[in-house]
Amino acid sequence: MTTATTTATVLEASGVTMRFGGLTAVRSVDLTVNTGEIVGLIGPNGAGKTTFFNCLTGLYVPTEGKVSYKGTVLPPKPHLVTKAGIARTFQNIRLFANMTVLENVLVGRHTRTKEGLWSALLRGPGFRKAEATSRERAMELLEFIGLAHKADHLSRNLPYGEQRKLEIARALASEPGLLLLDEPTAGMNPQETRATEELVFAIRDKGIAVLVIEHDMRFIFNLCDRVAVLVQGEKLIEGTSDVVQGDDRVIAAYLGEPFEGAPEDTALDAVEAAEAQAADADADADTDTAEAPAAEAQTADAHTAEGDTK
Amino acid sequence: MTTTTTETTAADTTPRLVPLPHSAARVLIALGAIGTIASTFMSWTWTSDFPGDLTVYGYPAGLQVLALTGGLLTLLLGLTLWDVPGLRWANPARHAAPLALAAASAFAVCWFTGIAIAVDLGGFVNLDPGAYVAMAASLVALLGTLALPTPGGTWRDYLKKAENIPPAADLAPWAQRLAVTAATALALIIFTYGIGIPDEESETFIGFLLLVVLGTWALFAAGLFDRFSALNARHKGFAATLAFLAAAVFPLTQSDDHNANIGVNILIVGTVALGLNVVVGLTGLLDLGYAAFLGVGTYAAALVSGSEFSRFSGVQFPFWAAALTGMAASLIFGVLIGAPTLRLRGDYLAIVTLGFGEIFRITVNSLDGASGPNITNGPNGIARIPDIEIFGLNLGNAHQIGPFTIGRFANYFLLMLVITAIVVLIFNRASDSRIGRSWIAIREDETAATAMGINGFRVKLIAFALGASLAGLAGTVSAHVGYSVNPAPYQFAGSVPPNSAFLLAAVVLGGMGTVNGPILGATLLYLIPEKLTFLQKYQLLAFGIALVLLMRFRPEGIIANRRRQLEFHDNDPLDVPEQRLPDSTVGATKAGA
Repeated sequence: MTTATTTATVLEASGVTMRFGGLTAVRSVDLTVNTGEIVGLIGPNGAGKTTFFNCLTGLYVPTEGKVSYKGTVLPPKPHLVTKAGIARTFQNIRLFANMTVLENVLVGRHTRTKEGLWSALLRGPGFRKAEATSRERAMELLEFIGLAHKADHLSRNLPYGEQRKLEIARALASEPGLLLLDEPTAGMNPQETRATEELVFAIRDKGIAVLVIEHDMRFIFNLCDRVAVLVQGEKLIEGTSDVVQGDDRVIAAYLGEPFEGAPEDTALDAVEAAEAQAADADADADTDTAEAPAAEAQTADAHTAEGDTK
Repeated sequence: MTTTTTETTAADTTPRLVPLPHSAARVLIALGAIGTIASTFMSWTWTSDFPGDLTVYGYPAGLQVLALTGGLLTLLLGLTLWDVPGLRWANPARHAAPLALAAASAFAVCWFTGIAIAVDLGGFVNLDPGAYVAMAASLVALLGTLALPTPGGTWRDYLKKAENIPPAADLAPWAQRLAVTAATALALIIFTYGIGIPDEESETFIGFLLLVVLGTWALFAAGLFDRFSALNARHKGFAATLAFLAAAVFPLTQSDDHNANIGVNILIVGTVALGLNVVVGLTGLLDLGYAAFLGVGTYAAALVSGSEFSRFSGVQFPFWAAALTGMAASLIFGVLIGAPTLRLRGDYLAIVTLGFGEIFRITVNSLDGASGPNITNGPNGIARIPDIEIFGLNLGNAHQIGPFTIGRFANYFLLMLVITAIVVLIFNRASDSRIGRSWIAIREDETAATAMGINGFRVKLIAFALGASLAGLAGTVSAHVGYSVNPAPYQFAGSVPPNSAFLLAAVVLGGMGTVNGPILGATLLYLIPEKLTFLQKYQLLAFGIALVLLMRFRPEGIIANRRRQLEFHDNDPLDVPEQRLPDSTVGATKAGA
């Protein structure tokens, strides 16, 4: 995809709302992603980030609102969304465990090829050519993520970090204009996280816009041109790293509200500055702190996961 | 194994089941094997009342042939302990397990025979010296093998495949082809021998099963199967042609058309099971009403066969047209059933297909002119279906090719073989393509597959339709082979083979997603009740037990899928990540960074 023209809108979500019965998981969220951009989506556990992703990719049909890709409104069918040009990875790795690494990527090529059953049975020259091109393209992608030497391994036998990479390669195989990454560094050590960072930059340099959910603040703030914060299903703020990092409401969402009758102004500022620094530097441990106040929000998250598996 | 001293010291420290020095063990194995072989040339009982006539001195018969084979196998593997040149291939890892299993096969056959003679004829007094020699010798050989050192020293270690099997020497291509040919010929001989055991000789067939199971296990433990499949993969076309030829030779080896009848029925259920494999094995859709598709094909062919009982008795299609009609009818039926049901997943789909399978049978039963329009003749079915004529050749008549007589069923066997080959080709080509990959992706993770741009419903419907039409194709032949069709066999579970549970069991037993698996599974499931007549009453029970044991000990089926065989890193703990993260416990897996 070589649509790296200045700043065209790739993704435009407007007023996306998702309700599960009485629970509103995502409430009227607007988000745009432009070409050549890396946009981050953060928020405490259960904030509705993954649900929002599922709305974008058609796994859920949004209760309200619409999602358009490069100006055309997307139908809420996952395969049509992928065909249009949005690819995604999953929070819990969802590779095709008993297929080889190469085959996983080949499945990603599904929408960019069209050989049906008949051509598979007749094996005409067109079929062979398409198959050869797909393999070539898939091997290129495996080179790109550095897994070419493991092309014939079963994907479930890969180490965790490589499974994450393979999921990205599989998503890239569909030649998307926008890549949605759902926690690409979850469970990774710092080196692997850095490597993933490089990978995301390389993907951006290919002209693919990236929208990424992540808990690792350092990762997000290094990477993203813009960051949107989702709290309890609503978009709290959107802006550059500095704006988001300095916002009181964001800090409150992650660390909790200051209690009633707390020391005023100056003392509070000092505390917040320290906390912000902690949140920034202590990226590895951030979920420990984030998970405590968001404990009740986890039930909502479990709900999301349940919807996911259906 | 250079000097005896290092050998004995090594052997003394390694654990084993029977505490004997290594040299003694080797001698025991050799003596036991030779004794077993020798005993088969003696008389085992005094009367020919026992099946197979084991009374003759001078040559082996019936169960003795099986004992002889077991003894020879033990001897062959035993000789590798002496490093006999030219035999090292038989047990490349010099492992105890293949030997123990081979000795166990001889032991099982000999002792089974001895006990069977005693039970059948009333007492051990009916045993002749030969039987005692056989039992003693086979026991000696077994004890000898159990005295061989193994890594663990528990009985399980005598059943496991050898580790660290050295890579095969690079043979010349002609030698590789020769090895493939020999293995194929061996398989043909084993199959022909098994099918040729007369139906009333249940004892001989049980002995045959014991020998085949333990013997193949021994060869598997020696690593010979891995080598064979590697050779097969290298000479794919050659091996496939050879297998086809071997199958085509089978009816020529049979003087009795009854065995050819069994053969053609095995091919029919095997082909249908292969069609079901597209749906169950590749796409992962549990279809419990698959026999209905076979039924549709069979009925369609019967209706246009020109039978006087058919509603359209004036119509007689040539075979190719009838085959296409059967396929088309099944295809339409498949799409009609698939379109509403394939929107369901998992258990719901299984229940609904089960329902539709029964609907087919009941509908056919009702279309008899009384409860509904007369199309299928109801429970009476369509009888007197004329034989197929191809190129002016009536398959109902026996034909003479050189010295061989090709009987009616042998004719159908050859026709069915061609159809099986076509179905195998279709299966192979479909599974190794864009559409096949999308089936497997759906099986592995449907949500991820749709997120990769696969239209799940459409792709599943194609799998359903393809599976249905393959069953319909096989059904067109089965209508003619069986002379008549009636709705009874096309049920969910029953004692007559082409029922849904049988087909599903064939696929699962043989190995889902493979080509050979369902055919092997169908062969076993068809042949065993056919030969062990006393089992027929308990067939469903035996099915259940077999499947439970299979799920416990070898869930991937007898023949493992190519993908499963790629698990070459499973023993490497560093390389194995956690199994797929549980989907429902997000809180636990959501640890950031």
